[in-house]
Amino acid sequence: MGFPHAPHAKETPVLSQYFGDPAARTVAGWKQRGGYAALEKALGMSPADIVNVVKESGLRGRGGAGFPTGLKWSFMKVGDGKPHYLCVNADESEPGTFKDREIMRWTPHALIEGSAIASYAMGAETCYIYIRGEFTEPLTVMAAAVKDAYAAGIVGPNAMGTGKRIDVHVHKGAGAYICGEETALMNSLEGKRGNPRIKPPFPAVAGVFGMPTTINNVETLAAVPHILNRGAAWYKGMSHSNPKSTGTKLFSVCGNVAKPGNYEVEMGFPFKDFLYDLCGGPTPGRRFKAVVPGGSSVPIQTMEEAEATLMDYEGFVAQGSMLGSGGVIVFDDAQCMVKHIARFARFYAHESCAQCTQCREGTAWCTRILERIERGLGTMEDLDTLLDLSEQMTAKTICVLSDSCAAPIVSGIKKFRGEFEAHITGKRCPMGATAAA
Amino acid sequence: MKVHEVGGTRAESDTSHAEHERSPYQPVFVGDAKRELDELLTRYPSKMAALLPALWIVQHERGWVSDDAMAEVAQLLDLTPAYVKGVVTFYTMYHQHPVGKYFIQVCTTSPCGACGAEKVVDALLKHTRCGELGATSPDGRYTVIEVECLGACGFATPVMVNEEFIESVTPERVPQILSQYQ
Repeated sequence: MGFPHAPHAKETPVLSQYFGDPAARTVAGWKQRGGYAALEKALGMSPADIVNVVKESGLRGRGGAGFPTGLKWSFMKVGDGKPHYLCVNADESEPGTFKDREIMRWTPHALIEGSAIASYAMGAETCYIYIRGEFTEPLTVMAAAVKDAYAAGIVGPNAMGTGKRIDVHVHKGAGAYICGEETALMNSLEGKRGNPRIKPPFPAVAGVFGMPTTINNVETLAAVPHILNRGAAWYKGMSHSNPKSTGTKLFSVCGNVAKPGNYEVEMGFPFKDFLYDLCGGPTPGRRFKAVVPGGSSVPIQTMEEAEATLMDYEGFVAQGSMLGSGGVIVFDDAQCMVKHIARFARFYAHESCAQCTQCREGTAWCTRILERIERGLGTMEDLDTLLDLSEQMTAKTICVLSDSCAAPIVSGIKKFRGEFEAHITGKRCPMGATAAA
Repeated sequence: MKVHEVGGTRAESDTSHAEHERSPYQPVFVGDAKRELDELLTRYPSKMAALLPALWIVQHERGWVSDDAMAEVAQLLDLTPAYVKGVVTFYTMYHQHPVGKYFIQVCTTSPCGACGAEKVVDALLKHTRCGELGATSPDGRYTVIEVECLGACGFATPVMVNEEFIESVTPERVPQILSQYQ
């Protein structure tokens, strides 16, 4: 549902059905709404059968990469005699994205249930839910829900009375975007600086504490109980003509739009309809100019591209961008693209862990150039330098933070070159905007 | 991590820092705090993993994380003070110096920027009399900083006052909000 707005008839509320309903936050309330039936069912199945159902559903990671969830789970070798771990990535920090926040605030038991099922399916007795430190309300709600789940015997040494151990712990981050990168998250959980690790080894081989580990996004795990309850075929059926992208997806919408908020639609939903009908179009008197559809790390779309997009993994790629985390940032015709691209770059410069030279130097250098252009002090050569820098920052580092900085710069110069040139030739911002502080 | 020319919005609050260091250090981990740490240690297979939670306990008890506190944590978790400092300085949320009674964080990343976050910052700086970002107001009550994406972009502009998360803040709402934090 379009939380915080009334649900829209074209939405398909599965994950968001109980957003805004505080009664769903308790164990009793969750059970009244059909909760924990899937966990009970799962604990009576073999781990391999659960993995197969998830594989069959077509569920893909909702954190940004879109990796098939069942396949990821199958990399964990159950019965190898080692402790296994599940880490829940609740470090939601991608600018434009605020869906996991609502899942945790309103339906904490959906996440606990999905995490417990995933833990059992991968032979993990311990699950850590890593929540970013700034999420004070989700942290409080999740901690209370975990405590209640222990008290009710749902998790713990004898989960649901089956004799199986599933421990769930909430772990609070301390302010670092990079900890949303899975190997950085593991380092942070271990009490280290959040520097990403070189892969291989992959987490399923040697993850947190050196043991087999899987990291899943909040939204991915919250979908799992529904898949077990209603079947893989039901989930797979929620797709508009593309079997590679199935189920529902929560999209967070923000920026210059009439009705910002979270909306849940089936994969493949037309983006034009989404922006103009569900989200209410631009604010009065304005027109949309550009969309960043998957969090700030994906290429910027022109409105032509956006209006031709079907909202799934392949659909966004076909129109010059990526689905990413589903964080839709909309800019209208009163906004200066150069200013916003400079601000994106500043974000990445601030968040670089500084391990890799291309990222540490590149993000800061790009920021300085972009802010100079925005102030009217740039040259045409600066645009070439930015493109050259961006190339050196792409696919050359341990993680993709520097690639993420480059994506909006390259797509921005390509698709909105006129705005950059107007700043340079006019020696001022034509929109009257000032440089980012 | 925060060495870039483009980063850095913090300013030191030297007076309270100095005053604090004149009195002998009182350990944080006694009584309830010690019991909390002991419980935390049962959750992880290594002591080191309790570092971030232990630092949160320090900040909750003292309002900031001093060098002495880092040394105390290091000893409890079999780490070196230098290692602990290396971790503290990586993360933005641990205060390495005292801050105002109310620590105010304003999101100014692009989506909030497109919705007027800069004007919210201006209003906060004016009404708290902090003057500039990172500085503490003359009465010691407020410190205002810009923060990167708070993950509530649909509720622009989100502002955090200590542990409280306030959505949809506009410049007009600032005086009323501040009146609740005196």
